[in-house]
Amino acid sequence: MEKLRGRVWKYGPNINTDVIIPGRYCHITDPKELARYCMADLDTEFIKKIKPGDIVVAGGNFGCGSSREVAPLSIKASGIGGVVAPSFARIFYRNAINIGFPIFESAAAYEQIDEGDEVEIDPDTGTIHDLTKGTEYKAAAFPEFLQTIMSRGGLRGYAEEELARQSAS
Amino acid sequence: MGMTITEKILAAHAGRDRVEPGEIVMVDVDVVLANELSAALAIDEFKKIEGATRIRDPEGAVFVPDHFTPNKDITTAKLVQRVREFALEQNARWFEVGRAGIEHCVLPQNGIVGPGQVIIGGDSHTTTYGALGAFSTGVGSTDVAVAWAIGQTWLRVPPTVKVTYHGRLRPWVTGKDLILYTIGQLTVDGATYMAMEFHGDALAELPMAGRFTMANMSIEAGAKNGIFHPDDITREYLGSVGHNRYTEFRSDPDAAYERDVEIDAGTIEPQIAFPAIPENTRPVTEAGTVEIDQVVIGTCTNGWIEDMREAAHVLRGHHVDPRVRCIVVPGSQEVQRQMVKEGLMEIFLDSDCIVSTSTCGPCIGGHMGVLGEYEKCVSTTNRNFVGRMGARTAEIYLANPAVAAASAVSGRIAHPDEVASPVAAG
Ligand code: SF4
Repeated sequence: MEKLRGRVWKYGPNINTDVIIPGRYCHITDPKELARYCMADLDTEFIKKIKPGDIVVAGGNFGCGSSREVAPLSIKASGIGGVVAPSFARIFYRNAINIGFPIFESAAAYEQIDEGDEVEIDPDTGTIHDLTKGTEYKAAAFPEFLQTIMSRGGLRGYAEEELARQSAS
Repeated sequence: MGMTITEKILAAHAGRDRVEPGEIVMVDVDVVLANELSAALAIDEFKKIEGATRIRDPEGAVFVPDHFTPNKDITTAKLVQRVREFALEQNARWFEVGRAGIEHCVLPQNGIVGPGQVIIGGDSHTTTYGALGAFSTGVGSTDVAVAWAIGQTWLRVPPTVKVTYHGRLRPWVTGKDLILYTIGQLTVDGATYMAMEFHGDALAELPMAGRFTMANMSIEAGAKNGIFHPDDITREYLGSVGHNRYTEFRSDPDAAYERDVEIDAGTIEPQIAFPAIPENTRPVTEAGTVEIDQVVIGTCTNGWIEDMREAAHVLRGHHVDPRVRCIVVPGSQEVQRQMVKEGLMEIFLDSDCIVSTSTCGPCIGGHMGVLGEYEKCVSTTNRNFVGRMGARTAEIYLANPAVAAASAVSGRIAHPDEVASPVAAG
């Protein structure tokens, strides 16, 4: 995967899916429109201030709450390159993997990276480089099976291979 | 080394003798649930899967439109239309408005879910069915689409936190209070990626309604699934809904747990979760004076007939404070029918509540009771996040049905003792 590079926007712990994409917008399925409401109830300026490729660094349990896949979809569609947090709520974690949106687990990165820092992330190695501070962090590696899913661009690729295998046998 | 009930169910569905916490397994799925929101995205995704045209197990694919139904506006009407067409064309199980209600009440009441199953759903409160001894968890829309196509899903086997409740419950204390108290203890990510297994003599007489509530809210502690062991109460319930063929699993005495939490349930008072996070719990008696604008009683967390009886018991002979709107939302059409039979409808109407059709509506700030700026609401729902039920400045306080009813009468957060005497213990 390509390296990610951008400025950091920083938020606290327990950022829930209701503030990432409020229920009143959950009937929207068009990614472009979803992007307009990304983080609507957390930071009303969010969508105006971010630039494509920027990185969100947030506290633990990121994405807790509902199963809405529109949460990672809206962040992905907003142009944010990836999210770094000490931990992710489990449905958000699987949704991000399933749609091929890069997320990185690192407590040290959350503690030390500040808003506005320029960072570069190598998704293949999980290395997070704070270019402003000249520091480096290593995100927890994904289990092998999940790497396989990500390398196929998400869960759909896996399913297609499985269907092809079944119809061949 | 023994295995937990969760590990046993997952092993059985992975075609294995045993599984270990942390490993990722592909498991066969018995039931795939989707509401109109998760279904709409899942359908788009399903159509993109090359080689997938039919849902592999249409009997196990259940669709319940509930979040914005009866259709709130033209946009949601179109969305539901699209989902309905797909479900019918696939010969899947479609629960139309008028025969359904909120998904997590509809599935148990129709005998669709039961012990030993693996159930996934495009809704985080799919954890509800763990009350019956199933492995049941919420997933995203891509997971739903893939499970439709291949009949399987990937799961990381969760470690288990065992929560044991000792003692005898005090008057007015329900499953809602036990789970709110537990979330207060564990915090909202205390059980992230884990199974929560519920035990203890305090649960022996807890009705199915209270167990559903607890399993429903296990996700509010971050849990992957919440699970009870089937007992006579479970079996009787399953018999009453015609779910008669199932396999019961039990944790081995020497199963390994990540964590043991012991709770003296006999000392717990009715709880209230202050805004804007469910772990922010305290006893109702320590709530102070909080004047309120709205009360919501019901939805998937507390929309069972037992909940309605409790609320009606408190409201009988009283009136809702004139400055307060009290909205009662039965969990399903079935519950509503029973309310009519038992005369509860009359009690709610006489006490100036409005009884809504069964819908998620107010719980997600969708329709049927959205909160305005700075309004305060006591709600029996499961989340009190910022903006969840409407305006960002609105405040949500989570409680059990009796507390909610007493608060509606008092115009502020109130203990049920202020309004009524408890029904016989239990
Ligand atoms: S009632 Fe609320 S918590 Fe339950 S399924 Fe509906 S939106 Fe979700």
